[in-house]
Amino acid sequence: MATGNIPPVEREDYLNKHYGVGSWLFTTDHKRIALLYLISITFFFFIGGFFALLIRLELLTPASDLVQADTYNKFFTQHGMVMVFFFLIPSIPATLGNFLVPMMIGAKDLAFPKINLLSWYLYIIGGIMMLHCMVTGGVDTGWTFYTPFSTAFTNTKIVEAGLAIFIAGFSSILTGLNFVVTIHRMRAPGMTWTRLPLFIWAHYATSIIQILGTPVVAITIVLVAAERALHLGIFDPKLGGDPLLFQHLFWFYSHPAVYIMILPSMGVVSEIISCFSRKRIFGYSFVALSSISIAVFGFLVWAHHMFVAGMSVYAALIFSLLSYSVAVPSAVKVFNWTATLYKGSIHYDAPMLYAFGFLGLFTIGGLTGLFLAALGIDVHVTDTYFVVAHFHYIMVGGALMGYLGGMHFWWPKISGRLYPEGWARLAALIVFIGFNLTFFPQFILGYLGMPRRYADYSHMPEFQILNVFSTAGATVLGVGYLLPMVYFLWSMRYGKPASDNPWNAAGLEWQTQSPPTTFNFPEEPVVTWEAYNYDEIDKGQKEVPQVVG
Amino acid sequence: MSTHSTSEHSKSPLTTYFAVWAALLLGTWLTYQASLLDLGRYNSAVALIIATTKALLVALFFMHLKGASEKLLKLVVVSTLFFLILLMALAMFDYGTRWFS
Amino acid sequence: MAAHTESHNPALLHHFATEEQQRNSASFGMWIFLATEVMFFGGLFCAYLIYRRWYFGDFAAASTSINAKLGGANTAVLICSSLTVVLAIWAAQTSRRALLIGMLILTMLFGLTFLGIKGIEYADKFHEHHVPGASFSFDHEEIPGNPGHYANPNHAQIFFALYFIMTGLHALHMVIGLGIFTWLLWAAWKGRFTPEYHTPLEIGGLYWHFVDIVWIYLFPLLYLIDRHT
Repeated sequence: MATGNIPPVEREDYLNKHYGVGSWLFTTDHKRIALLYLISITFFFFIGGFFALLIRLELLTPASDLVQADTYNKFFTQHGMVMVFFFLIPSIPATLGNFLVPMMIGAKDLAFPKINLLSWYLYIIGGIMMLHCMVTGGVDTGWTFYTPFSTAFTNTKIVEAGLAIFIAGFSSILTGLNFVVTIHRMRAPGMTWTRLPLFIWAHYATSIIQILGTPVVAITIVLVAAERALHLGIFDPKLGGDPLLFQHLFWFYSHPAVYIMILPSMGVVSEIISCFSRKRIFGYSFVALSSISIAVFGFLVWAHHMFVAGMSVYAALIFSLLSYSVAVPSAVKVFNWTATLYKGSIHYDAPMLYAFGFLGLFTIGGLTGLFLAALGIDVHVTDTYFVVAHFHYIMVGGALMGYLGGMHFWWPKISGRLYPEGWARLAALIVFIGFNLTFFPQFILGYLGMPRRYADYSHMPEFQILNVFSTAGATVLGVGYLLPMVYFLWSMRYGKPASDNPWNAAGLEWQTQSPPTTFNFPEEPVVTWEAYNYDEIDKGQKEVPQVVG
Repeated sequence: MSTHSTSEHSKSPLTTYFAVWAALLLGTWLTYQASLLDLGRYNSAVALIIATTKALLVALFFMHLKGASEKLLKLVVVSTLFFLILLMALAMFDYGTRWFS
Repeated sequence: MAAHTESHNPALLHHFATEEQQRNSASFGMWIFLATEVMFFGGLFCAYLIYRRWYFGDFAAASTSINAKLGGANTAVLICSSLTVVLAIWAAQTSRRALLIGMLILTMLFGLTFLGIKGIEYADKFHEHHVPGASFSFDHEEIPGNPGHYANPNHAQIFFALYFIMTGLHALHMVIGLGIFTWLLWAAWKGRFTPEYHTPLEIGGLYWHFVDIVWIYLFPLLYLIDRHT
């Protein structure tokens, strides 16, 4: 369906406007900053993936024979820390969000371009610090660094890792701040709230969470560092402190953080499903409001991570009830996406394959969350592989699939080139198969009782076969992830040049050239049409309404 | 907001500023005096009420929240406080009910 | 681009359509940043409230050992500094450059006074061995209203830990505020602010008032737990 063009005369765009390292490192162009982020987070994705590989290798056999348990603890900790803080949280907002938010609303840039660049530098500083921490000893507490182990017992580099995350957290806060101000203040004339793409609504909701939640984990890290240095007693039961206080403060951010990771992906899915069904998203306002609801409700449920930690059982009951409620807006989205497909004209290009993958896998992940929200079930499956499978279904089967789908969908806009469709569909299939082979067995393992974070399961050797399946799946998954790296890079030189709107998609970003110029639009657009006006676009192959200058 | 020339106001903002300043100092003195009285469990409540009043005066008049043309800024303030209070309330609920039964 | 056909204020940045959009964005951005600061301090307030409820007597004993008069004086100092900030902005709005500069200097003097008084308090705590850590000691301190009962030193240490972290973080924000106002003073001296453009003053002012509001809560919560017995 993607249409190419006779290669145009070399037009000026944001990529060729200035050359040289300095023009990239000191840029304030949101699109260049998005690419800087893209390179950085891809790098950290492979670091996190490397640790995942080590974990899966160790778990091939029941005994802790690849590495000692202390080292294994570092593997899963660093896998988690890198993937959560240096990949998933920035992933879509810092790359696709940075690139597209101004364009989708008809603006020349974000509200604060220099702060945007600062965000990237903070991310890089935090990332370098984290890398240094990992190669000079690492951390072994789990990415959740629970007290009092992290404050009083472990000898690993907690403070350095904490500082790295603190700094990266500021990057996240500033991105969120930038998006909220931009979306409120810089919409083009006629771009009313109800004409905004759902991608924008999703990023708005994500930004609210980044703004309100991240500072709480920041102060928690400060407290942990202080406690470690001075033995203050804030989290130490021997001195009258409460370890659960750490968990309350930590999870107050870290639960909404998972919504930071999934909401942008949901925004991407809305865009893709709409385009490749040639239909307006069913129940647009419900989907838009569900993003805000998820952001709000997401703050109400944090202690469902603490059901068996020693919390009051009455509080556990309340949080269990609230956790059921947070599933509702997510379900609203899934139903609306499905309804969008009904009587749509479905096209199976790679972005759509990823969106389908998202629909199925996110649903499974979300439903298993309900299992975990039930106190009676949670008592048995908490801290087992059931939880691990649950969150990987959402984070990898959901968020990462959405990210890949979005990268494919907007690649022509970002690079001005088409990726090879055949290879992309193959990669999507490999990812889907590899993913399920990796993580479905983990649901079974958890249900049968295999604990998480154990290097040695030799007292339960019957779990080996499922672990072997899981590791095999991880290898397949790895191939699936490497393929897009290869063909995206290939396409930058050898891919067919893309037209301005190869998908004939709705949205202001498609109405400017591919790749865009530095200031996006030749003249400020004036919007007079509703979002997802595919009926108008497709009526007799009518052109997308042109921007009125 | 800031581009309004002061001649458009019926009274100079200076009067408001000095009145708020005096109220804030008075509130501080009141807080201190109230703490010297034995009000039992209401000591904390009184202190917090006075503090909140002072904070509101600063926010509304010194930070110009009262004259803000859009509701947006007030929404930001209210939402932030909502989530902060949520954190405290739900955490306190845990601590307050831990040792029932 | 269309916008370049009219001349515009050099202070207008390229990606904004109008000065009003730029000013509104700056102000909104600062308010959102302050929201993050509320949550940042809020985590500490949450921890403080939980432990204060748990260990009320011990916290009361610890609280009586910090100097409420100095704390109260500092509250008054900050309130005065907030006044000088709004007066500075009014001066900019009404083209009173001398007053603007005078008020900015006065604000900074108040800020330095605040830090000075804080320094005295901290020194006192240091001498009394109330700084948490290896040299901390809080033996044989009576719980107010409960004669014969003595505060648990570990619980008192938690009070002091939170006291130093909360007031220390606040003082750090004060120092940053002084840095910001140094820049504002320099810019005012250079004549950068006019009735049409004084956005940096406004957003610097917002930050300063926020720091004042945090102290407005810190003072009663930390210093005045139980002063009546």
